[in-house]
Amino acid sequence: MTEHDIVIIGGGPAGLAAADAARKAGIEDIMILEREAYLGGILNQCIHNGFGLHTFKEELTGPEYAVRYIKMIEEENIPYLLNTMVLDIGRDKVLTIINRGEGLTTIKAGAVILAMGCRERPRGALNIPGFRPAGIYSAGTAQRLMNMEGYEVGKEAVILGSGDIGLIMARRMTLEGARVKAVAELMPYSGGLKRNIVQCLDDYGISLKLSHTVVDIEGKERVTGVTLAAVDEKRKPIPGTEEHYTCDTLLLSVGLIPENELSKGAGVQLDEITSGPVVNDRLETSISGIFACGNVLHVHDLVDYVSEEASLAGTSAVSYVKPRKEKTPSSQIKIKAAGGVRYTVPQYLDAENMEDQVKVRFRVSDVYRDRYISVYFDSERVSHKKRKVLAPGEMEQVVLKKESLAKYPDLKQIVVCTEVE
Amino acid sequence: MSLLFFSMIPENRETITDLEENNMKEMNYDTAIIGGGVIGCAIARELSRYDLKICVSEREEDVCSGTSKSNSAIVHAGYDAVPGSLKARFNTEGNRMMRELSKALDFSFIRNGSMVICFSEKDIPALNALYEKGVKNGVPDLSILTGDEVRTMEPNVTETAVAALYAPTGGIVCPFGLTIALAENACDNGVEFLFEMEVKDIRKTEHGYDLISEDKVIHTSYVINAAGVYADEFHNMVSEKKLRITPRKGDYCLLDKEAGTLVSHTIFQLPGKMGKGILVTPTVHGNLLTGPTASDVEDKEATGTTAKELSDIMVKSAWGVKNIPFRHTITSFSGLRAHEDGEDFVVGEVPDAAGFFDAAGMESPGLTSAPAVGVYLAELIAQKANAKKKEHFQETRKGIVNPQKLSFEQRAEMINKDPSYGTIICRCEGVSEGEIVDAITRTLGAVSLDGIKRRVRAGMGRCQAGFCTPKTMELLARETGKKIEDICKNRTGSNLLTGKR
Repeated sequence: MTEHDIVIIGGGPAGLAAADAARKAGIEDIMILEREAYLGGILNQCIHNGFGLHTFKEELTGPEYAVRYIKMIEEENIPYLLNTMVLDIGRDKVLTIINRGEGLTTIKAGAVILAMGCRERPRGALNIPGFRPAGIYSAGTAQRLMNMEGYEVGKEAVILGSGDIGLIMARRMTLEGARVKAVAELMPYSGGLKRNIVQCLDDYGISLKLSHTVVDIEGKERVTGVTLAAVDEKRKPIPGTEEHYTCDTLLLSVGLIPENELSKGAGVQLDEITSGPVVNDRLETSISGIFACGNVLHVHDLVDYVSEEASLAGTSAVSYVKPRKEKTPSSQIKIKAAGGVRYTVPQYLDAENMEDQVKVRFRVSDVYRDRYISVYFDSERVSHKKRKVLAPGEMEQVVLKKESLAKYPDLKQIVVCTEVE
Repeated sequence: MSLLFFSMIPENRETITDLEENNMKEMNYDTAIIGGGVIGCAIARELSRYDLKICVSEREEDVCSGTSKSNSAIVHAGYDAVPGSLKARFNTEGNRMMRELSKALDFSFIRNGSMVICFSEKDIPALNALYEKGVKNGVPDLSILTGDEVRTMEPNVTETAVAALYAPTGGIVCPFGLTIALAENACDNGVEFLFEMEVKDIRKTEHGYDLISEDKVIHTSYVINAAGVYADEFHNMVSEKKLRITPRKGDYCLLDKEAGTLVSHTIFQLPGKMGKGILVTPTVHGNLLTGPTASDVEDKEATGTTAKELSDIMVKSAWGVKNIPFRHTITSFSGLRAHEDGEDFVVGEVPDAAGFFDAAGMESPGLTSAPAVGVYLAELIAQKANAKKKEHFQETRKGIVNPQKLSFEQRAEMINKDPSYGTIICRCEGVSEGEIVDAITRTLGAVSLDGIKRRVRAGMGRCQAGFCTPKTMELLARETGKKIEDICKNRTGSNLLTGKR
């Protein structure tokens, strides 16, 4: 068994930023565990641009963004293990890991940062009826096969789901010579960023069929066609609206699920809405010394926010391993999502020990126009900001300042909500 | 009747000459089995005890590719079948054999016990009748439980359950594991498997039969028809006493392992005023399985699920078991039961076609019955062929080692010896490169992604092959020498890629 002050599970954008921040905060002994053969995670297959506008004030591709962080890690000599999978997080933060070189071994961690990312929801999660031929891919799998391995996954495609990967793949397949016949979205609004709808669909004349879903998949060997139908307000297909599309490929971009099997095994409490750990303002989970950041915590739209969040997890882990001052005991204040806000991250805040300011990120549950985002300290409204459009596909945030919280010593609950007026 | 066949011989000979001219490959066997499903493989394995030249002709690229792969994976206790029927006989026999067989051939089998839930006092006589039927069929240890007793054993059974028939001998099995184990063991004992060979015609010859495919002719003394939903078509080629098999489609939903402990027994519903119910069961791999629906279809290839049936599963399964988390569904699938008009299995020599043996109408409890049907038919044929038992029959088979079942030290040692067991390819099911390579390179190794999935579960987990597909494809290409664009999901034509740049 080896020992490390901080062990980071995952060498994607979250893990790398957490490692960098932890090192800068003064911890020498860090170990990154990555299951793939390279650092950078899912960014490596995201060869489109649009990354880094917030972090680096310039537009980078996914691999370029990853390389910036990988360089920092290399320059800081932060060790990492590739092709290494964590099988279990046991008691006392003893991790069981597996790889070719060391075989099956254990690592004892002072603090653990969960940065495992997320996975795509499969077809079964939507229970799409029909046959099960080759040619049905989750969008990310197709993206990897095309962008990293250089294969052609199909010639004529229909895409279900207008999440960002689905939108990006509509453009990507078109650029590679495939015909994308339609993008169908079950909801009456897209789950992706507005800019992706414009740049990936509108610019290429690909139609986005809102309130539509796949009701049948044909083909015994390879997909030969799919049937789309409009859905009613209960998301049930409307008979008579079926439209058949001949295609050899169906891409699914129907949602991402934070990959928390390890966290669950460790006993970390999860949030039913985000499917990620419940955390406080230091991104510490229900188990002290285990922190979470990035898509394993909640699914992000922008990698820049992942990096920012992960930096906080990194510095928080450092404070846990090397406390600079005695922590004043204090109660956790619940941050509650209400009135059109689906969830918040963090879910708890420690007013005594918090940083000068804490960003609370959240998503709304529907598309809203001309609504206010409000923050209540118990029953008192302390913030009220009007927004032209709010959409579930775009993550929002409010900032809580320590100085304003200091004025409410008996605060029990913070509520983040939307309001019509 | 035999006159009819003799009159066909000259015509046959002509045809064979034609075939030779067409470069048909000719092969000679003592016994040819049509169908590499669980029934065909069970017969092949039992018959391989004897000194006979045997082949299995399978139209798909792998064994276990039809009904055997899409069913409830249940080892039925045996109370369902009509006493005196072949179903009753082979079911109880098969159930009794399963434990020994699972040890000899190294596949997963758990005797988890089953319950048939009764929802109305009015239906209690029907439940008692089922109990009596079970006793008549020789099912041991049956008992009737009260609703409260049921809920003590299974807290997630609904409050509406008033009683249940409890059969501790009911079990669950890995249907792929069972079929593949039988096939591998048969192959190790000399049975030849001819894949992607679709028998198009059967002709009576002087010494037996010719099985004719697009490019092959099999000359054989005996034929065993284990062709699943197609068994009637082959039977009807040689017999005047016609069979008719209707594919009875059943859809299923498979849920994440997170839901796998919702029930520990297999929960059936007693057919009542609401119709035939839906079963809910854990699988040997720890998932939760619900289904099947039942709809008679005409098309023997109609394995697509339908929205109506998938929604029926969700509604009806909830009658018996509460809190089924359908949002954790990872896949749904559909299988075709081979329902014969006579309502029973058709097993034995066809009266008007000497040397032609049926294993037809093998709907439920076909999976359970397979080992017993295998023994029965093998003995029948061996006797007829006057075949002697082999001196060196290999009775056991070792499955692919699952490192997750080893101790920490054993697993570490395994990786030490072969580092490929240290590379995890399928993260959801924790499958290593070493296991996948074993699946590809062993006896009757996998040639498709589905073949790998059914042997080691790579791609069968919660992400449904999203992450491991590219890697598994590469391993399959590397180990078989195939080009990556030729890698298929299952049969020829199911290519995963449409090209390589």
